[in-house]
Amino acid sequence: MSGDREAILGRIREALRVPAPRHHEKPALAPTSTVTAPFREWLPPVGPEHEDRVAVFTRLSEALKTEFVDCADLAAAAQHITLLAETNGWKKIAFHAGELTDALAARFAPSLTRLRIETSYDKHELESSDAGLTECECLVAQTGSVCVTTRSSGGRALSVLPPHHIAVARRSQLVADLTSAYELLAQKYAASGYPSMISFITGPSRTGDIERILVLGAHGPKKLTVLLVP
Amino acid sequence: MTIAHTPQEQFHTDSKVTTADVDRRAFVRKALGGYKVTRAKTESAYTSWQHARDAASAIKYEGLNHLDEMLTQFEQNFTARGGKVFWASNGQQARDYILGLARDRGVKSIVKSKAMTSEEIHLNQALEKEGYAVIESDLGEFIQQLKNEPPYHFVFPCMHLKRDEISALFEKELGSAKTDSPEELTMIARRFMRRHYLEADMGISGTNFIIAETGMISITENEGNARLTCAHPRIHVALVGIEKVLPRLADLALFLPMLGTAGTGQNMTCYNTMYGGPRQPGESDGPEEFHVVFLDNHRTRLLADPEQRDALHCIRCGACLNVCPIFKNIGGHAYGTTYQGPIGSVITPHFRGLQDWKHLSGASSLCGACTEACPVKIDIHHHLLHNRRNAMKEKPTWWEKLMWKGFAWFMNQPKLYALATRFTPWALELHPLIKATPIDPVSSWTKTREFPEAPEKTFRQLWAERKEAGK
Repeated sequence: MSGDREAILGRIREALRVPAPRHHEKPALAPTSTVTAPFREWLPPVGPEHEDRVAVFTRLSEALKTEFVDCADLAAAAQHITLLAETNGWKKIAFHAGELTDALAARFAPSLTRLRIETSYDKHELESSDAGLTECECLVAQTGSVCVTTRSSGGRALSVLPPHHIAVARRSQLVADLTSAYELLAQKYAASGYPSMISFITGPSRTGDIERILVLGAHGPKKLTVLLVP
Repeated sequence: MTIAHTPQEQFHTDSKVTTADVDRRAFVRKALGGYKVTRAKTESAYTSWQHARDAASAIKYEGLNHLDEMLTQFEQNFTARGGKVFWASNGQQARDYILGLARDRGVKSIVKSKAMTSEEIHLNQALEKEGYAVIESDLGEFIQQLKNEPPYHFVFPCMHLKRDEISALFEKELGSAKTDSPEELTMIARRFMRRHYLEADMGISGTNFIIAETGMISITENEGNARLTCAHPRIHVALVGIEKVLPRLADLALFLPMLGTAGTGQNMTCYNTMYGGPRQPGESDGPEEFHVVFLDNHRTRLLADPEQRDALHCIRCGACLNVCPIFKNIGGHAYGTTYQGPIGSVITPHFRGLQDWKHLSGASSLCGACTEACPVKIDIHHHLLHNRRNAMKEKPTWWEKLMWKGFAWFMNQPKLYALATRFTPWALELHPLIKATPIDPVSSWTKTREFPEAPEKTFRQLWAERKEAGK
């Protein structure tokens, strides 16, 4: 059952018989544009080097109230998580099966209960976790975003249900802009099939619905930590 | 007995009340002043915001002018991934389909993230009438739902409410303690909503973009409520206006930051999420079923008007409301429409009848602030003029026709015209005697405004003098 498919398509085709005038300049192509992103040059710029990307990501993280830590190695990242667990009195941390996440979880204090997500999990267990640890597809300097997918980050809920989200990424995963992020996703998934969810997370959950005053942790995480490892 | 009001009468009555509420107006104006500052700052980070607008307009043009291909391409890709598409010509068909789903699948409770399309077709009322509990999860929408009031602004649903009003509402409806902290109020809603995300059988969402190339929908939000609505409920239904197409996934690299910038002044909204099907093999969660309901509901009527087709480019960022002097004064509810502000005044006559809603095109100073603010370059204020012209062409009023005829005749009588301009200054001298009284022919203007003073000399006199001097 697909409803009024033919009737709607018929009305659309009838409507489109007369072309519409254009209100945009044509062509809107920048000199160095590519076919897939003829607009890339007009968006907020990021420098060409890795250091430029780190600088922009750091600046935006500060504005977004994301905690961003450039860690010397995996041990330093694990230590940072342990510190967070101690300061905030965490009892349970959830994470998904993964190279970085498993390596970090192996270094947690034994007193911290672990919920490891593989193919399925108990959603109430996840809801009562103090933090969720995930890997990601990439970090985007231009917008200060973490790109997670159901494949890279343990499903749909892990990065949004617990009150503190920790995302870990390798330095090579920090890309310049959103176009690079989509290129990366296309290389990885266009042929074999995209994950059922792709999400750009830009700072901890927020709302300004009451008197336009910023409150963090509306429904998603109140805190977001991004750990960069070599 | 209830008196039936036409939308125009209702508009005049309501806007009179809302403009008299000076406190509320100042409150709304202040909130929108903050938007102006942050948006300008975010916009300035672009290498060229104006070129970005051109590019966005060009992409929307491409999508909309190939709408049939875009929608069928989406359908093919989405269906291949296990999704289902239902095509609804109108609200009735969409409501029936969603109600049918709820009945068939034994749904008990429903959690919803923000969807203006559902306001448009009154979906909640239909579901509640059949006994389904529907919870709005977006904070602003939740507050409006408790208040039993439509959204005030389609991006900031409760921007007109003060914290003490919200606190009182929560006290009454949720039994929470009184507080004047926006943070505490937000946490009350957060705690309330948690179990619904886990226990609801169905999640209903709207959508910001339809991606033809990959068969995905994209949802933009700040709170994370849409993410949670689409995670654990076993059925996901997205109610989608057919105009929201983008040809390629990579086009979002332009539209996501632009929507954030124009909508709220953020360089990127907190969660921008693309969904391409139900839970796939090997994934740890996600719905078993994912239904996209394409809603026409007279969008094809607007599509059939090439002159105004670009009004369907709208990405519902709300920027035109935020800068509109009329919105700031009459507020969102006076419009009486699902989509408020300038863009609402353009599209509502197409959706709900030109003669019934033409008055909205008059509720404009034609200053063009809306057109300038629009990230996809919709010629909003000219479309208001087009609506005025079309309404008059379709159903001319005898007195206006007569007036124009008289005017045309008069302007073709140079001697009579000269005589009349001689008398005008005297007439204006005498006008204060009858100003704003019933016998004043321009009383609807002069009731609240001063009449401009006449210059000392007429144009004809000045022209004659100039000729004399030049000789």
